[in-house]
Amino acid sequence: MGDYINTLLFGYYPYICLAVFFLGSLIRFDREQFTWRSGSSQLLRRKQLRWGSNLFHIGVIIVFFGHLFGLLVPVAVYDFFGIGHTFKQIMAMTVGGIAGVAALVGATMLIHRRLGDPRIRRTSSFGDIAVLLLLYAQLVLGLLTIPISAGHLDGQMMVTFMTWAQGIWTFQPGVADLVAGVHWIFKLHLFLGLTVFLVFPFTRLVHIWSVPVWYFGRRGYQIVRTRNHRRTA
Amino acid sequence: MSHFLDRLTFFRKNVGEFSNGHGIVTNENRGWEEGYRARWQHDKVVRSTHGVNCTGSCSWKIHVKGGIVTWETQQTDYPRTRPDMPNHEPRGCSRGASYSWYLYSGNRLKYPMIRKRLLRLWREARETKSPVEAWKSIAQDPEKSRDYKSRRGLGGFVRASWDEATEIVAAANAHTIKQYGPDRIAGFSPIPAMSMVSYAAGTRYLSLLGGTCMSFYDWYCDLPPSSPQTWGEQTDVPESADWYNSSFLILWGSNVPQTRTPDAHFYTEVRYKGAKSVVVTPDYSEASKFADLWLSPKQGTDAALAMAMGHVIMREFHLDRHSDYFQDYCRKYTDMPMLVQLKEKDGVYVSDRLLRASDFEDGLGQENNAEWKTVAYDRKSGAMVVPRGSIGFRWGDPGKWNLEDKDAEGRDIELRLTSLYDKDDVAQVAFPYFGNRKHDYFTGTDHPDTLVRNVPVTRVELADGTEVLAATVFDLFAGNYGVDRGLGGENVAESYDDDVPYTPAWQERITGVPRDHAITVARAFAENADKTQGKSMVIVGAGLNHWYHMDMIYRGIINMLVMCGCVGQSGGGWSHYVGQEKLRPQTGWTNLAFALDWARPPRHMNSTSYWYAHTDQWRYEKLPVSEILSPTAPEGDWTDYSLIDFNVRAERMGWLPSAPQLDRNPLHIAGEAEKAGKEVPDYLAEKLKAGDINFACEDPDNPVNWPRNLFVWRSNLLGSSGKGHEYFLKHLLGTQHGVQGKDLGETGEQKPKEVAWHDEAPEGKLDLLVTLDFRMSTTCLYSDVVLPTATWYEKNDLNTSDMHPFIHPLSAAVDPVWESRTDWDIYKSIARKFSEIAPEVLGVEKDTVLVPILHDSPGELAQAMDVKEWKKGEVDPIPGKTMPAIKVIERDYPNVYKRFTALGPLMEQAGNGGKGIAWDTKEEVDYLRRLNGTVVEEGPTKGLARIETDIGACEVVMSLAPETNGEVAVKSWESLGKQTGRDHTHLAVPREDDKIRYRDIQAQPRKIISSPIWSGLESEKVSYSASYTNVHELIPWRTLSGRQQLYQDHAWMRAFGEQLCVYRPPIDTKSIKAHLDNEVESNGNPQIALNFITPHQKWGIHSTYTDNLLMLTLSRGGPIVWISERDAQKAGIEDNDWIEAYNANGALTARAVVSQRVKEGMALMYHAQEKIVNVPGSEITGTRGGIHNSVTRTVVKPTHMIGGYAQQSYGFNYYGTVGSNRDEFIVVRKMKVVDWLDDPESPTLVQDGQQAAE
Repeated sequence: MGDYINTLLFGYYPYICLAVFFLGSLIRFDREQFTWRSGSSQLLRRKQLRWGSNLFHIGVIIVFFGHLFGLLVPVAVYDFFGIGHTFKQIMAMTVGGIAGVAALVGATMLIHRRLGDPRIRRTSSFGDIAVLLLLYAQLVLGLLTIPISAGHLDGQMMVTFMTWAQGIWTFQPGVADLVAGVHWIFKLHLFLGLTVFLVFPFTRLVHIWSVPVWYFGRRGYQIVRTRNHRRTA
Repeated sequence: MSHFLDRLTFFRKNVGEFSNGHGIVTNENRGWEEGYRARWQHDKVVRSTHGVNCTGSCSWKIHVKGGIVTWETQQTDYPRTRPDMPNHEPRGCSRGASYSWYLYSGNRLKYPMIRKRLLRLWREARETKSPVEAWKSIAQDPEKSRDYKSRRGLGGFVRASWDEATEIVAAANAHTIKQYGPDRIAGFSPIPAMSMVSYAAGTRYLSLLGGTCMSFYDWYCDLPPSSPQTWGEQTDVPESADWYNSSFLILWGSNVPQTRTPDAHFYTEVRYKGAKSVVVTPDYSEASKFADLWLSPKQGTDAALAMAMGHVIMREFHLDRHSDYFQDYCRKYTDMPMLVQLKEKDGVYVSDRLLRASDFEDGLGQENNAEWKTVAYDRKSGAMVVPRGSIGFRWGDPGKWNLEDKDAEGRDIELRLTSLYDKDDVAQVAFPYFGNRKHDYFTGTDHPDTLVRNVPVTRVELADGTEVLAATVFDLFAGNYGVDRGLGGENVAESYDDDVPYTPAWQERITGVPRDHAITVARAFAENADKTQGKSMVIVGAGLNHWYHMDMIYRGIINMLVMCGCVGQSGGGWSHYVGQEKLRPQTGWTNLAFALDWARPPRHMNSTSYWYAHTDQWRYEKLPVSEILSPTAPEGDWTDYSLIDFNVRAERMGWLPSAPQLDRNPLHIAGEAEKAGKEVPDYLAEKLKAGDINFACEDPDNPVNWPRNLFVWRSNLLGSSGKGHEYFLKHLLGTQHGVQGKDLGETGEQKPKEVAWHDEAPEGKLDLLVTLDFRMSTTCLYSDVVLPTATWYEKNDLNTSDMHPFIHPLSAAVDPVWESRTDWDIYKSIARKFSEIAPEVLGVEKDTVLVPILHDSPGELAQAMDVKEWKKGEVDPIPGKTMPAIKVIERDYPNVYKRFTALGPLMEQAGNGGKGIAWDTKEEVDYLRRLNGTVVEEGPTKGLARIETDIGACEVVMSLAPETNGEVAVKSWESLGKQTGRDHTHLAVPREDDKIRYRDIQAQPRKIISSPIWSGLESEKVSYSASYTNVHELIPWRTLSGRQQLYQDHAWMRAFGEQLCVYRPPIDTKSIKAHLDNEVESNGNPQIALNFITPHQKWGIHSTYTDNLLMLTLSRGGPIVWISERDAQKAGIEDNDWIEAYNANGALTARAVVSQRVKEGMALMYHAQEKIVNVPGSEITGTRGGIHNSVTRTVVKPTHMIGGYAQQSYGFNYYGTVGSNRDEFIVVRKMKVVDWLDDPESPTLVQDGQQAAE
């Protein structure tokens, strides 16, 4: 029974989450353009946003890319560059820890603001509050893994997760077994992390897709759109 | 196709560059632009307007898309004006542009709603009882009725079906009629001109029942009693385009850019043309910036300024130098040459009444109405003559009622204005002076109570052989101004700097306006009028007219205009703009509205007296008559009476209407008379004299005399116009209230003499309050049944205004949404239900109706010489002469619905008419049969023209009215011509074939056709201007003298010292004395006393739009009170602080706006800010803060009750008591604890020093 659940959660559930994440985002982007927004409540109240929102976003972005690179870059690459597992793990713990704490402080302020201000609370949807609480829980769990990791600095556990994540990406069979024995906090962290992808297309999180990064490298200040493009009704 | 795929073209997107790479050309999907294009696409545009009583009456394009009203934009297709004149368009403002928000907003009423507690009782009763029986079981059970009445205003509505809602209403009506009489059912709806058919729907239903239709113009205090007094006309004013014809404009207490927004462009344009403009307002209003000179008198003292200007005009243009134009005008068009008898009192003389032909031997040859013909001295014959045009000629002297310079026999005459040059003597005449009365917050002077001045007089021998002194009105008028005429004596000024009433120096102390400013303005005003023959204009408004002594302020200004010959001239005159009064097709409409096609007369009531009595505001009256009585009053027991006593006496003498009328059911009287074998009028007069039957007004707190059912529609009575709001809540509704003061019983002050006093004041008089609205207004919250009505974009109706000459429609852009219905359909369904269930208790009944003596009817010649009361035995009660007329009317209750939907037979039998002019209207009725079709169903209405739909009702109005049917216009001018002996038909003949129909005005607004119902003309030559036909067609004004009546000679006018205009300071309402510096009530913050001024607002039209999100966003989003910087400093108030304003009448809460705009000593609260938005609880009352009227109380004025006396006879919305409110003071302080009395999420706010920053 334990095996069954483990396989379901870490073998199949990732695919469900990722499928919903990609397909859901795609469908929503195509069909519901007007709902594709960050749902900012800045107009209602600016207080607490400068610190809360910035701390949260900077922290979360660092944590997100930390995970992305940390998990998906093959071990061989590190070995090629001679980066030791211990070093990488301490690095991940330090940077992730600082960014995680920053994000947690920011999220605390945001939650206080969202639930404490009557106007914002009234204008919030269930999803707005739920996604904030979900990320909060995920941040707490992520930070809780640091002391556990500190107990074994050999990087073995980290490599296990890398192998699992890359195994999922590359459709390797039986990868769920890899994480069967890890600490329950890691498991919960993994599960919630996947769940974030699952709920992603149904919440304001979709604004992540539309981060205006191209803005930094733009050419030209005046944009003229030609009429040549096929008009869509 | 796919937004996502389109994004994959990132590297192919840029296809070119320009401007050195600063610009780029892209080739990408532009489909998203369609969203913006579609935003402004629509399926259709429908013409409608806003029925909101703003006088704008702007035509709008309503855009509809997918069956939804999306937005509105201004129409620009008004018919053009003449060359050299700007056009009317564009008309509109931000308020109108935000209206469509309401249609689908949360405030929209979507279903019939009934107070839950009432509905529970009703359903329980209906299980076993028939409808009327069921209502009876609730209404007559004190516990049951308290159960739901005490919850009024506290929410608790549930949805109901139309069937159930109309059944409750109809059952309550039927029970009330059976139990107490139909006059215990009343309806309040204002301003028919803003949606005529919607108004008419309710009053037609009420009139078929015999219910009471309540007035509004007087209640709103928009009625200027000075207008009926002077001109015998309710109000007639120039259209805004006529401002452009003026060359000197004074804006006096009128904030044109803010309250006449769509018309203000004419004001701007005429200034470009070179017109001078002076603005007179205490505050730096939006209009002030238009001024060449801004005068800022202390609020409420305007009469002093006007009198001082009049002093200058009299001195410089009538005495030192004679302006020929002015003199001719005054001789011909005013009562100035008429002779007034002087009576001796305490060694000096007091001006008495105007001499009449009947005073002289043989009545100067007048057999017809000699008592009603005024007399003047003719220079040509050197004798007393009876000039034509006085009101005695109006009735019974066909062809002689005109303003030609002729006497009764047709001889040419030249009336003498002054007897200064051939005087018989000089008399010392005492003029009353009120400016010395003490007032805590207004500066007075120390001149004596009576100012004795020398006046040239003529000796006159009367019929009884006595010789009396008489003076011309002009000589008294000049004497009143205190100008020295070379006759010496006291109290006259040789120079403007003398401190004598009414010099410019004198006014400086009272108003604070520098004397040279007053002199300059007066001089420039008169000089312009002299050079242009009257093109000086004064635009006035509520700012002046809402004071208790508004007649004095207005008459001060009217005097200036009349002395300068401005009234009746294009570009000149008196421009009083308040509500949307001008119901242009009035004589077509009254038939529909008051069911005159079925029964005449209807029951009308003046609302001010009604509410004053029935909300028990009289029980708290603090103004004794002694404080307003004149020192020159005729002998009498004036001060024995209180204000309501005067009203009761007026009702008994047939001066004012009554509602309810008698202390018993009017359906029973005819039967009793029959049993006694007498005619009803004789029987009733006898019984009244014997005291067996009494007027209901003598005991308004007796349950048999309470109003029982009230309909409110097109109105927000309790959120806007209800002066004495908290008294309404306490006594009429019987629910939570904030009344702070004690009544006369508790304080032991003088109680009324003519009214029964009950120690225990009744609470909850009203059994049923039904409100029709499209939004959940304050009034709806206090109602028992709320019926959802169509918005202005969902119904078909008619709209006209004072400000432009067009008639144009409201039309249904979409059908009424959810379960709402048009007012016409709602009343139709109530009528249908009523007819179904009424037979349970009612059949065909005989209803005895009392009618006051009406203006514009032969009856107005009722009480010529003196005031005599039948109740005191001074005279016999003669219906229609010394008491109200008595009529018996047949009510067919089972057929109310059938009558409602058909044009009744009286139109053909009795004809049509208005303002004393009558004509046959058979042709129009026949035309309507063909237009609307006839009733084919069997029954009493078979063969009559149908009035099924709102458009059918519109056609009735427009077919019968001269303003919209050229044929009728010609007929009506012909009819008037018979009275004046002159041909006026040339004014309408060019448009004889014009018939304006509903679809015509849907295509484009149409100019109305000139008719004798109005005193202005709408032509290609002149803009509409009031009194134009009086001056240019020599049609008399409908006053005693037939001329502009500057001397008011009724005994009650003399008693209160208002024969001529005098300065009267605001009254002391005594409502803050007990509260200022009251330790018990203190919250620790300093208090200040401020005069409470309630002008019209910027972010709403009355209460409409004050709950509209768009307008709330533009303003501060809730109630605000403006105070001056200095007062704020004194009270420790900072901008945006929560403050509380309170007095004996109640309390209100609002945010403070601290502004330089406001004059020290006054607070300015835009009236009618809904209390349903952002209003916290009051620290004083413990309940939610009120509306602006929570701190006001009605105080009535006896001179407004006069009746049976030519122009001072009653007319609906024409004459009567008015609900003034600006003399009120409030205590203002910063709130300490702001408690929302709301859900826990809105926390209590403790205001400390820091609070304002938040």
